Amino acid sequence: MSGIDARHLVSASAMFSLEVQQAIHRAAETGTVAIQGLGVSRPVPHFDELVFLGAGLVRRPVEACGEGCKTNVTLGTRHAQRPIQLARPITLAGMSYGAVGYNAKQTLCLAAARSGTSLTTGEGGITDLERQSNGAIIYQLTPGRSGLHPDDLCHAAALEIVVSQGARPGGGGLLPAAKVNERVSQQRRLPPNTAMYSAARHPDWLDADELSLKIRELRELTDWQIPILVKLGATRVAEDVTLAVKAGADVIVLDGMQAGTGSSPSVFVEHVGIPTVAAIRQAVEALQALGLHREVQLVVSGGIRNGADAAKALALGADAVSIGTAALMAIGCNRPIYNFDYHKLGTEAGACHHCHTGRCPVGITTHDVQLEARLDVEAEAEHLQNFLQVMTLEIQALAEACGKRHVLHLEPEDLVALSVEAAAMAKVPLAGTHWIPGV
Amino acid sequence: MRYYKVNLEQTSIRELNQQLHTLQEHDSCWQINHPNGGHNIAVGLRQAAQIEIYGSVGYYCGGLNQHADLTIYGHAGAGVAENILSGSVRIHGNVAQYAAASGQGGLVVIDGDASARCGIAMKGVDIVVKGSVGYMSAFMAQQGHLVIGGDADEGLGESLYDAVIFIAGHAEGLGQGCVELPMDEARLSTLQQLLARAEFALPASRFRCYGPLRHRLNPTPIMAEMQDMA
Ligand code: SF4
Repeated sequence: MSGIDARHLVSASAMFSLEVQQAIHRAAETGTVAIQGLGVSRPVPHFDELVFLGAGLVRRPVEACGEGCKTNVTLGTRHAQRPIQLARPITLAGMSYGAVGYNAKQTLCLAAARSGTSLTTGEGGITDLERQSNGAIIYQLTPGRSGLHPDDLCHAAALEIVVSQGARPGGGGLLPAAKVNERVSQQRRLPPNTAMYSAARHPDWLDADELSLKIRELRELTDWQIPILVKLGATRVAEDVTLAVKAGADVIVLDGMQAGTGSSPSVFVEHVGIPTVAAIRQAVEALQALGLHREVQLVVSGGIRNGADAAKALALGADAVSIGTAALMAIGCNRPIYNFDYHKLGTEAGACHHCHTGRCPVGITTHDVQLEARLDVEAEAEHLQNFLQVMTLEIQALAEACGKRHVLHLEPEDLVALSVEAAAMAKVPLAGTHWIPGV
Repeated sequence: MRYYKVNLEQTSIRELNQQLHTLQEHDSCWQINHPNGGHNIAVGLRQAAQIEIYGSVGYYCGGLNQHADLTIYGHAGAGVAENILSGSVRIHGNVAQYAAASGQGGLVVIDGDASARCGIAMKGVDIVVKGSVGYMSAFMAQQGHLVIGGDADEGLGESLYDAVIFIAGHAEGLGQGCVELPMDEARLSTLQQLLARAEFALPASRFRCYGPLRHRLNPTPIMAEMQDMA
């Protein structure tokens, strides 16, 4: 600080932090809205603020050897002739071909099929890979309706109507021009190298009454064979879940604000929606009020990073979780290799959220041939299988420690909170007390 | 060709759709009576068939149609022929909103008027509305043609990508990115073919052409393709 009298320096403003200042400078210089991939970057109340009580004398643990804890889950038992049978309560969330490259899609397909779980398509229709996959494919019906084909719908394990997603509830999708290569442009019927903005609303229904007719149409189309899921970004959860169930949903997919995105305006990602941990109890209570908890299954996504997060979501009443960002990390996202390419994006491994650029250093969210070639499909599929297996073992270990023979037997009584906020949101007592704020 | 007659006062829509989905033969002919505004009639057909519906239908009639040719002698509710891929849907009446929404191919002909968002998100379907269309028609339309014999309410062609609109009447207001294009020979020929397929007697000379600004500035390969097809 030569030449500067430290006594005259005002400490950095908490209000106008360095990041806020940089954001203002960026907006002023470019005149554009900031876009980011991955998901929310600032801390919001999350599963880390919950802990399991485990067993003692009041509860007896289950022996992992000999007794064990089951992990199988069935989704879509309400109306469908063919519900989805999963070996574990973890599914792979919708990541479109477009947002991720061909190799990444193939990796996800392989890992899902080999792990006995489902993969959701994402916007942009189904790829050949998914069509040929032995695994359960959940076909997303998004507002953009790109590449939608009834033959594919009929062969899917389930349909998922995306009302909104956690990263941007109320906002439409954006596929940057850099990601609209020839294959993507053909699949989505777009001019090549043109950014695709998807509508925020579906083209042929607007409200819950029309959604119920839409669901019936899809049931007629698929002869009532497969489950219809409804995906909701977490906002007015209790009301939205109630309306979706009344409209006929078999399964609710609830996506909290920590959910990932391939490309969304930062203002959405950071400022719209409520945290996953707050959303689950509202959804469960809405289902309980309808007398349909467990009959209409609840799949929770948005910031699920490990078996502990998943087990806590199940304990709060979810039937399964869905992972997106964590799955991409398992196949190499933010892995500290090809550091020079992270630097070219102005970031580094561990801090990258640059999926929207189409220049993913590890070949996941890109269509650049050379970058994509960095992703070794077989090796990364094995990594993801390992990760899913580890998550499952962690869920089992926690459930067994709480005395459960099935992971779906976990319950809110198994949890306490480490902060007042988490206690209020998850509606479990603050650790060491019987106090649930607001109850 | 085999003929079937279905009375929807005696047969449920579920039973009808199941029969239509399990059809083995090509080119059967169906007469469907008393639809009574029922929803989801003849959704998801995958076989060539002639389907005639006598009366008005509710939501999503002919949704996701492939190969079949439907004729509705009455009015149609919202989302008629939504996501149609091939074949045709002809409505001898008016239709509610979202007609042929996100349609990928085939032909939809509406004798009367169409409500809001006709051809929204269309991706290759050809739509001929002999009457007028409501607001935000051809919103975010990606490919295909929308022919309007009457007028269009506000926001016509808002944020459209590559679709082309022909209109004979008055457009209340164009959406962002939608501009008038010269009626060159290729476009005129496309229009004439569409009018002929739709059995619409209005002369092509009465129509103006609209599309994305890009097509005026710099015809894209896709535009060239469309001209080839024409
Ligand atoms: S490493 Fe690739 S997938 Fe991960 S955040 Fe960066 S660009 Fe996105």
